[in-house]
Amino acid sequence: MAAVAAFAGWLLRLRAAGADGPWRRLCGAGLSRGFLQSASAYGAAAQRRQVAHFTFQPDPEPVEYGQTQKMNLFQAVTSALDNSLAKDPTAVIFGEDVAFGGVFRCTVGLRDKYGKDRVFNTPLCEQGIVGFGIGIAVTGATAIAEIQFADYIFPAFDQIVNEAAKYRYRSGDLFNCGSLTIRSPWGCVGHGALYHSQSPEAFFAHCPGIKVVVPRSPFQAKGLLLSCIEDKNPCIFFEPKILYRAAVEQVPVEPYNIPLSQAEVIQEGSDVTLVAWGTQVHVIREVAAMAQEKLGVSCEVIDLRTILPWDVDTVCKSVIKTGRLLVSHEAPLTGGFASEISSTVQEPQFGNSISSESPWGRINRSCASQSLPPSHGSVFLSS
Amino acid sequence: MRKMLAAVSRVLSGVAQKPASRVLVASRHFANDATFEIKKCDLHRLEEGPPVTTVLTREDGLKYYRMMQTVRRMELKADQLYKQKIIRGFCHLCDGQEACCVGLEAGINPTDHLITAYRAHGFTFTRGLSVREILAELTGRRGGCAKGKGGSMHMYAKNFYGGNGIVGAQVPLGAGIALACKYNGKDEVCLTLYGDGAANQGQIFEAYNMAALWKLPCIFICENNRYGMGTSVERAAASTDYYKRGDFIPGLRVDGMDILCVREATKFAAAYCRSGKGPILMELQTYRYHGHSMSDPGVSYRTREEIQEVRSKSDPIMLLKDRMVNSNLASVEELKEIDVEVRKEIEDAAQFATADPEPPLEELGYHIYCNDPPFEVRGANQWIKFKSIS
Repeated sequence: MAAVAAFAGWLLRLRAAGADGPWRRLCGAGLSRGFLQSASAYGAAAQRRQVAHFTFQPDPEPVEYGQTQKMNLFQAVTSALDNSLAKDPTAVIFGEDVAFGGVFRCTVGLRDKYGKDRVFNTPLCEQGIVGFGIGIAVTGATAIAEIQFADYIFPAFDQIVNEAAKYRYRSGDLFNCGSLTIRSPWGCVGHGALYHSQSPEAFFAHCPGIKVVVPRSPFQAKGLLLSCIEDKNPCIFFEPKILYRAAVEQVPVEPYNIPLSQAEVIQEGSDVTLVAWGTQVHVIREVAAMAQEKLGVSCEVIDLRTILPWDVDTVCKSVIKTGRLLVSHEAPLTGGFASEISSTVQEPQFGNSISSESPWGRINRSCASQSLPPSHGSVFLSS
Repeated sequence: MRKMLAAVSRVLSGVAQKPASRVLVASRHFANDATFEIKKCDLHRLEEGPPVTTVLTREDGLKYYRMMQTVRRMELKADQLYKQKIIRGFCHLCDGQEACCVGLEAGINPTDHLITAYRAHGFTFTRGLSVREILAELTGRRGGCAKGKGGSMHMYAKNFYGGNGIVGAQVPLGAGIALACKYNGKDEVCLTLYGDGAANQGQIFEAYNMAALWKLPCIFICENNRYGMGTSVERAAASTDYYKRGDFIPGLRVDGMDILCVREATKFAAAYCRSGKGPILMELQTYRYHGHSMSDPGVSYRTREEIQEVRSKSDPIMLLKDRMVNSNLASVEELKEIDVEVRKEIEDAAQFATADPEPPLEELGYHIYCNDPPFEVRGANQWIKFKSIS
């Protein structure tokens, strides 16, 4: 797999550059050279078309939240919305085509159960949808807006950045639209091309006043979505669309919360920290497993979960321990959220001693093609 | 004498090889043209509308018939190729709406401009590209009009600005093109199309205001096929009189299934704009037989009976054919022959589109910026590089 070979190549270069510490262990470990391709051979291989692939890795069944049921991602979202509307009589869901169940079936059955006053369609107007949602939230009702694809969120960008994010601040806490949550399908799906594949979390990460959350699985999605809806700040919840059907897990039926702004260390390790969110977490987990098996490298895998405000402490603590960091995301490289993470961990106040002495650096980003729009999804990701 | 007989017999045997219908045609006398009554358009802020009768020449009739049949067959072939997974991604078909694209083209000049959203295969053809280039673009091959990089939603041609994925976003663009037309002073107009779903986007109203304020030669055209994806117009719009939604912009509502009605309305609208009076709005009432896209069966929000009714009563190709046959502008056999020719053309194009190679991977990074000298674009990791030239 391309990502593994690339990652392995990076590790080898680090070692060749005389990086210290854990690398001494590897010297005698007898690396299987046959597996690792040289950069030039790899380059030629990369020119062949590869199908983007990942395998969803379910988490073990949660035991602390009561009875669970097998659900995929869209069912987990429906369950969370169902819980919200049951608990909160002011909660309403609106967006394009949500009444019949939504184009990804996230709102199936809700209109029948809660009535057409609470689950209703809007016309085709994203700026209108979000502006309208801010208005509902300002009066104190809970507004759950759906933007049909994250690629369409840009007409609403002004409303989110200039209105929703700044409402509390500019009114001196007199007003707020904290009960607004915007849900949107996000990320590459293979055949989405330019306008059904985008991951715009980095655009919103630049805006204080809102929260941006990306789950990796059905269990995470339900807990995080419920937290977003109950959070007293406007939240954007991006749902990886390729996981809607592909991710199946045991999910608690009753409501539960997963805290925001807390990253999760999915797997502990000692040699390198791998950070990702959404679909890419599963790719990174696979990379970690292969690195352990083929290279004997112990990886610490972190799912960031909340992009804004992000859990700086967990990531920095991990990087201090391992000394190396790889951040991976679907969005393009330049200005992607990995750049924020990699720049923050290098700041001296976080107490780590990472420096970029070696020519290959100790921090790397594996992201989608810099500057290329996702028109050819499989090559775009090349993982 | 014997030589003469031989020559005559040779000529006669040559004639006999021609299909029987040809011989029939040669001996039958057709009318040169015929006058037809067309539906009166509803008007908004206009004293007069397009004429209620129009003359159709035999030549034009055959041309429109061939073009509509080509668009129809091309869309059906795209459907077939999609189901065979030779076309991937998204594919939005416009069969049923042929009178719109062919009728609009009949009312304007090739030097005029046109921009629309993603249901654009028909327009790509009427604006001058060949079926081969269109099908090859759908299959993502290098023979495609966008070199295989655009696909169904991003086809472009001279004076045809696509092919746009985000609905509504093309309307301010159209107003801008109209500004350029006015500025250049060449008497050109810009046809800016959008659908009934997109008609509720805010930026369209911004474009109306600018076009009217600056008297731009922009014809705003709402292709109302009654459903925005799966939402019927009554459930999406407070006012379904799309031709009135321009408010201060005059409008007309046109029967979009009748190609002659569309043609006359377009001529009227183009003349209005060219005279410097400013923008005008046209609503074309039309219908699509397929669902919104290939992943939509198209029957969960409308009944099969409704689709059948439109097909049997208002099919644009059938309407034109009946008119031409009944007024002796053409014969049934002649039109059937055109059908056969069109089918062959589409088959050949489909063969080409299936066999043509994909664009080479080296070209993935091209045309991001206009750049000289070429620069390198990083792939998914720092060892994959694509060259970007433009």
